[in-house]
Amino acid sequence: MARILPLLAKVVAVLAVYLVVQAMIMTGVVDDYILITMVTICVNIILAVSLNLITGFTGQFSLGHAGFMSIGAYTTGLLTMHYPTWWAFLLGLLAGGAIAAIIGFLVGLPTLRLRGDYLAIATLGMAEIIRVLFLNFPFTNGAAGLSGMPRFVNWTWLYVFTAGTVILISNFLRSMPGRNLIAVREDEIAASSIGVNAVRAKTLAFVVGAFFGGLAGGLYSSYFYFIKPDLFGFQKSIDILIIVVLGGLGSLTGSVIAAILLAVISSLLQPFPELRMVIYGLILVVVMVFRPQGLMGDRELTFSAMRRLLPHRWREARP
Amino acid sequence: MEEVLQQVINGLSQGSIYALIALGYTMVYGIIQLINFAHGDVYMIGAFVGYFSMTSFHMGFVEALITAMAVCTVLGVTIERIAYRPLRNSPRIAVLITAIGVSLILEYTMMYFFGASVRSYPPQSAFMSGSFNVHGVVIKNMQVVIIGISVTLMLILQYIVKRTKVGKAMRAVSQDAEAARLMGINVDTTISLTFALGSALAGAAGVLVGVYYNSINPLMGIMPGLKAFVAAVFGGIGLIPGALIGAYVIGLLETGVAALGYSLFRDGVVFAVLIIVLIVKPTGLLGKNTKEKV
Amino acid sequence: MTEILTMSQVSLNFGGLTAVSSVDLSLSEGELVGLIGPNGAGKTSIFNLLTGVYAPSAGAIHFHREGSTLNLGGKKPHAICHAGIGRTFQNIRLFRNLTVLDNVVIAAAQNQPYGLVASFLHTPKQHRCERETRERAMELLRIMDLADKADELAQNMSYGEQRRLEIARAMATQPVLLLLDEPAAGMNPAETASLTELIAWLRETFKLTILLIEHDMSLVMNICERLYVLDHGVLIASGTPAEIQHDPAVITAYLGEEVADA
Repeated sequence: MARILPLLAKVVAVLAVYLVVQAMIMTGVVDDYILITMVTICVNIILAVSLNLITGFTGQFSLGHAGFMSIGAYTTGLLTMHYPTWWAFLLGLLAGGAIAAIIGFLVGLPTLRLRGDYLAIATLGMAEIIRVLFLNFPFTNGAAGLSGMPRFVNWTWLYVFTAGTVILISNFLRSMPGRNLIAVREDEIAASSIGVNAVRAKTLAFVVGAFFGGLAGGLYSSYFYFIKPDLFGFQKSIDILIIVVLGGLGSLTGSVIAAILLAVISSLLQPFPELRMVIYGLILVVVMVFRPQGLMGDRELTFSAMRRLLPHRWREARP
Repeated sequence: MEEVLQQVINGLSQGSIYALIALGYTMVYGIIQLINFAHGDVYMIGAFVGYFSMTSFHMGFVEALITAMAVCTVLGVTIERIAYRPLRNSPRIAVLITAIGVSLILEYTMMYFFGASVRSYPPQSAFMSGSFNVHGVVIKNMQVVIIGISVTLMLILQYIVKRTKVGKAMRAVSQDAEAARLMGINVDTTISLTFALGSALAGAAGVLVGVYYNSINPLMGIMPGLKAFVAAVFGGIGLIPGALIGAYVIGLLETGVAALGYSLFRDGVVFAVLIIVLIVKPTGLLGKNTKEKV
Repeated sequence: MTEILTMSQVSLNFGGLTAVSSVDLSLSEGELVGLIGPNGAGKTSIFNLLTGVYAPSAGAIHFHREGSTLNLGGKKPHAICHAGIGRTFQNIRLFRNLTVLDNVVIAAAQNQPYGLVASFLHTPKQHRCERETRERAMELLRIMDLADKADELAQNMSYGEQRRLEIARAMATQPVLLLLDEPAAGMNPAETASLTELIAWLRETFKLTILLIEHDMSLVMNICERLYVLDHGVLIASGTPAEIQHDPAVITAYLGEEVADA
């Protein structure tokens, strides 16, 4: 019983967010412009949460997450352009994730010998190589990219995949293989002394992270029906890393909050394109100078934590 | 044969410019273990200062070069003082994000004031735009100037680092900042000096690129910055000779790939070679492998 | 008594430096053996060889368990742990940002029988395994007298508590051979005395074989049945504590030539 109640609360909360937004879309409170921001938020949440798994929880500094994203985007894009059906869309998402995961594995194995900044530059290089390949493949239409694929993503799909990703990754981190990643981050030598296969753990982090990165790419391409290699360059990888660090390395809820916050700030500043980036840069510097561990540090915002924030008499009233 | 030599000359010019930027990267990394992502933008500012010195203030090449180096020195020291120094004891990834923030501020402040469009440097003197011919290989005077200035600046740097008191202080701080402080070295001043030297070199690289390729824009620092960083890692980051070797290898590699007609693959090849080098030697060509003590 | 571990003619070189030179060492099942020697003698290097952190430059290390023999040379640390060897570290290596309980849970969960899919979906089987692991971890914390600190961060523990937590974590992997690297370092005499009792009790209860490195002679002389003495990477003596106390080579190694002559 003690376990059922919080679970129920979570299910209700997840459903409530979905229904409220769905109602707002149907009544027209959320217009197309706001919806675009929400799509961006959801895609960024998936990207940030999956990169956080690699960089925040496993401690593997990666600067190439956009590379995994582009694999998913092109896979889904190409599949739905040739077979514009729901099945192809879903298959494209899964296949995109799977191919990204395989690339993550192939890249992971040899480069995991590297540490810290050397790993960072190797992952950056990997993403650049993927970008150059998409520029030159005969079927990806070079720098102009792909456009006109059918739009299958709507709020419902988006929400299912975003909430699903967060729940799956959070489950994973609260089980043996996921905790092994955290052990490796904390102390690789101690972790292997208690039986953790560190190489396996790091590779697993890259594979899982790459899978969800690819999934995010697929959702992105299906909503915006236009992709080109330059969208997935170094700058995009940095954008994702910024969300993760701002939210807090090792905090899933931090990544979610930061993704929402940055998207809102960015859409508020939309009317001033150049100043927007200057202000964005200033925010980064200021937050890092005054709160280098990010908004949430490595803590999570949970229901029990929120209840502690409530005034005393409300807290007592609860069963 | 002439074709090969021709490409070698082009590669050396390109490599010299990378080397000037890579040196700043590697020195800063050596002393505070920071990948200073704003370094490429200091180089961009150098190019713009050179441009305005020549157009608005009608300076010659040499005066513009010196002005750009001076402005970049001040800029580099200021960035370190305002953005990085408060984070001396923070996690390294926080400093890295700060560097990215500074980079965005520099890029888009320039864009706000001067627009995103490409500007061309004014025409250079007859000597600078001339060329001569050695056994069928066309060498531009400009290339000789670029390689000459780069090598001179690198020799001066080498002299400062190896022979002077501040150079010794820099090497001491990069070994162990705390021990250096105990020995009476002013660590903050030494770090500022490192930024000053690195930024001056980047400023010089900016002007050289301006006169060589004749086009500059506010985002021009991103790719060369990355390449220079790759060069520094390639040779073993934190090591000055490593950065030089890395920069020339990458310059030659790039011109070689482009000359063979695969210019679309150029960036990919550079990164592929980098990854292969790192897999064979995880700390770069000249880097030492250190094992953690248990 | 049956042998559980044998090192024969094991050497370890770093470049030109010899850290361990032709060491022969063996442990019998259920023994409690001490490894002593001056600083820099190569004691921790021997632990690192036994746990796969370093591969031996020469010689062989064999681990005998349940009738089969395993060659440990060149095996990875995690594989050696799974074979049944647990260890602690001289310079405490806890998962500092995790809770005391999680430190032990991670170790206790290593042979949980559920797969990757179950870990994403949190299946009933996964829940059952998790609960069992947690209970086992709490039990170990109670044994090590840390149960009331279960939810605190490892880095906030006192020095003695951190040492005990490291032992709890190693025990959670259910080893048959436990290697303790200076378990009493930094403890006061009262703490050392209770730790001494605890080690003896653990060995008794869990049928452990223990090899420990220690500088605190009260602990070593109290509970070790045999001692090996290492100096400059070479074994210079072995025997019961009483024999070692009167061994001239050992006295020389510890106190220097002149005193030994005097």
